[in-house]
Amino acid sequence: MNSIAVVFCKEILENLRDRRVVFSAFFFGVLLAPTIFALTTTLVSKRAQRDQEEPLRLPVAGAVHAPNLLSFLREQGADINPVELDVHAAIDKVRTGEFELVLIVPERYGERLRAGDPAPLELVLDTSNTRAAGSTDRARRLLDAYSRQLAALRLLVRGVNPTVIQPLQVHGIDVATPSGRSLLILGMLTYFCIMSMLVGGFYLAIDTTAGERERGSLEPLLSLPVTRAQLILGKMLATCAFMCASLLLTLVAFAIALSFVPLEVLGMSANFSVPVVLAIFGVMVPMVPLGAALMTVVASFTRTNREAQSWLSVVLLVPVAPIMVAVMNGTRPDAALMAIPSLSQHLLATSLLRGDGVSAMHVLISAVTTLTAGALLAALAIKLYRREAILG
Amino acid sequence: MISISHLSRRFGAVQALHDVSFTAADGRITGLLGHNGAGKSTTLRILSTVLRPDTGQASVDGYDCATQSLQVRRSLGVLPHASGLYAQLTGRENIEYYARLRGLRGPGMKQACDALIERLGIAGIAQRRARGYSQGEKLKVALARALIHRPRTVILDEPTNGLDVNAVRMLRELIRELKAGGCCVLFSSHVMQEVAALCDDIVIIAQGQVVAQGTPQQILDALGTTDLEEAFVRAAATPESAA
Repeated sequence: MNSIAVVFCKEILENLRDRRVVFSAFFFGVLLAPTIFALTTTLVSKRAQRDQEEPLRLPVAGAVHAPNLLSFLREQGADINPVELDVHAAIDKVRTGEFELVLIVPERYGERLRAGDPAPLELVLDTSNTRAAGSTDRARRLLDAYSRQLAALRLLVRGVNPTVIQPLQVHGIDVATPSGRSLLILGMLTYFCIMSMLVGGFYLAIDTTAGERERGSLEPLLSLPVTRAQLILGKMLATCAFMCASLLLTLVAFAIALSFVPLEVLGMSANFSVPVVLAIFGVMVPMVPLGAALMTVVASFTRTNREAQSWLSVVLLVPVAPIMVAVMNGTRPDAALMAIPSLSQHLLATSLLRGDGVSAMHVLISAVTTLTAGALLAALAIKLYRREAILG
Repeated sequence: MISISHLSRRFGAVQALHDVSFTAADGRITGLLGHNGAGKSTTLRILSTVLRPDTGQASVDGYDCATQSLQVRRSLGVLPHASGLYAQLTGRENIEYYARLRGLRGPGMKQACDALIERLGIAGIAQRRARGYSQGEKLKVALARALIHRPRTVILDEPTNGLDVNAVRMLRELIRELKAGGCCVLFSSHVMQEVAALCDDIVIIAQGQVVAQGTPQQILDALGTTDLEEAFVRAAATPESAA
């Protein structure tokens, strides 16, 4: 036990002194991930804000043919910009992105309207332009509303209650808690956390086997009166310590970064108070020994630092795969899923972020299964370390 | 005291050791001489319990290397082929790390470190990180690390490789001191002159077999020459006619 502590302290001291290791261990989690995250969320929020607050800018060709429509649109807050364009010119302008969309009122519009026939309107739009999605949606809704209004008026004129053309009245009841709407974006956040936790221990895991072997320091170490299990446990614990530090720093960095992002605009309130940060750390920390053991096992198969690095970069994707699937499917927590390491941590952390709370049973299942998997892999790492081939 | 009997070890298709037997006595310096790839390092690795033999036995101070490996490692001091220092630790920290792993603690450990640092003349560099060390400085720190627990039996794997004359002299002096203190010293080399200058007993190994052993004089007599260099070349060339 004492020897494990000696190895642990030495690994911590040595790696903290190596600026390269410290930089690569904490750069991703503390700077890169929160920055990327804050930038993308800010962009998305800005767009949402623009769609909500700014008037709809609508270039209209042939405005003179539909004065009533235009005054309706103006009443609804649209900023009408009369332009002189034919259909082809309008298509060009939208395709190049000069206009997000163009409404074209054909000459026969008024005539058809007066005759009571469906009056044609052309809306030139580009669905591949994600920036224009908000404006397009708003323009369509306004035109629909105008159309319904006209229909209602026509029915009234004929003495018919306009409700006959409204057989259904659908009320959507939105159950999303304010932060629940941001599930996709916050799902990304747990992905970043698990990633930076693993990256935090990346270099130590490599150093314990491939690194020591390459520098020629493994053989004298193995000729000391210390069991190999003690050596590898001390090293894995040091890896765990770096991973814990990286995870905690990342969470703190996220909490700080997100306080600058106008999340409310997206209808999100990321619940990032101190207790929540600590709770997320708590549900994620059982993943640390598993990650450390996994990386150590993989690194002990490799012969050189470089080889270990390229293998481990692939292995880093393994715990992230279930998260990706869960985010795409909008998976909800249930007891069976809690048995899957990394997925269970993602689901629990996401629930905490949404402010939904988590069930104690789920936390327990997640921690027990993940820690068990970690213990099994650690046993495998010890077994591998006992092989002669560890010397390469 | 090192005793090896009928040791064999195979790596895949290569028979690295074949029926190797010799002893290295306390209070004597034994040289393990052979070309590169002759089986010197394999022998030393079996002694330091890092490798296991296929057949045969090796023991250090009466402990069997295969079954009592922890006791063997406790009594053995090993200077490996590469110094294997940790670049980010100072010389003293490198030495103290091994001292702690050997169970030394507190003032006793400090004293042991101070004594060796003093003896090896590395007080000036012991506070510096190991990454800037010269070959000679690395060797001295690695030596201090290997001797920190005052081992009865010391194994040195090609210790003079890449050293300048001063460092080689210092090393020889230290080895003689260990001998005077009653230690059993086994060191491997591929340089005949070096072994001749230092050793009481010589074991010549070629293609995994012992081809000659004894005092330098006995080896000269057995091979019918007065030149040790010539004796080594002759012995190494004829593993079949092993003495």
